Amino acid sequence: MIENILNIIGIENYIFLTVLLFCIGVFGVLYRRNAIIVFMSIEIMLNAVNLLFVAFSTYHQDAEGQVFVFFSMAVAAAEVAVGLAILVSVFRNLGSIDIDNLKNLKG
Amino acid sequence: MSPVLITFYFLAAFTLATAFLTIYSKNPIHSAIYLVLCMVSIMGHYLLLNAQFVAIVQLIVYAGAIMVLMLFTIMLMNLNKEDEVHKPRITRLGAIVVFILMSIVLITIFINSKTIMGEYDSTGEDFQSIKVLGKVLLNEYMVPFEFASILLLVAMIGTVLLTKKEKDQK
Repeated sequence: MIENILNIIGIENYIFLTVLLFCIGVFGVLYRRNAIIVFMSIEIMLNAVNLLFVAFSTYHQDAEGQVFVFFSMAVAAAEVAVGLAILVSVFRNLGSIDIDNLKNLKG
Repeated sequence: MSPVLITFYFLAAFTLATAFLTIYSKNPIHSAIYLVLCMVSIMGHYLLLNAQFVAIVQLIVYAGAIMVLMLFTIMLMNLNKEDEVHKPRITRLGAIVVFILMSIVLITIFINSKTIMGEYDSTGEDFQSIKVLGKVLLNEYMVPFEFASILLLVAMIGTVLLTKKEKDQK
């Protein structure tokens, strides 16, 4: 087993990867109109943060980072379930899930 | 270059490419398939860091449950077509500018926080096997663990209530 993996790879590489992944998620939220793709972008952002948590958990040799990732996954699962339910009822009422059509609150 | 580093670069390139294709592809079904690949490659990163429990949970919860839920919703709404209109050009340009600026700012912040992070010390002590994680989760984090189960229960009830067809009340 490789014990000193962060000596080989380096925490900087993980930071670059997760920052780029997070920014791709932000880009997706701003770029697309389809609400399902916006949800997927949010999942990408959550995954980027989880990966950074696990990388720093290895960096500090501490299990609590991974426990937090477990909780964040539970919250993500609940969020996706409720969000998709809301999308289904929006689709039933409006006939589309284009986020530019959701203007009833005049926001 | 060591084989570990080559594996990391390959996995990282795969993760970023599939994440980008998730957003770029027009067909929502293709997006979902690319997102599954992205999740699986992130599981590869977890295995590289020797975080076995998180890797398995990632595969089961994200690549399994969440993506099946999304695919079912896409098929339920019959979105399997490529007729999405683009946002106005100024919004898309703004999205690209936000992407570049945010990457620069976040990378600068993280790289300059090297002094706060402390040094990496590999003691060889076992801290992330399933045995140790289970002890930490069920001793120190017992109450949050129970709250997570309540959260999932509430989410389940809320989902059923939201998607239930309302009866006509006349």
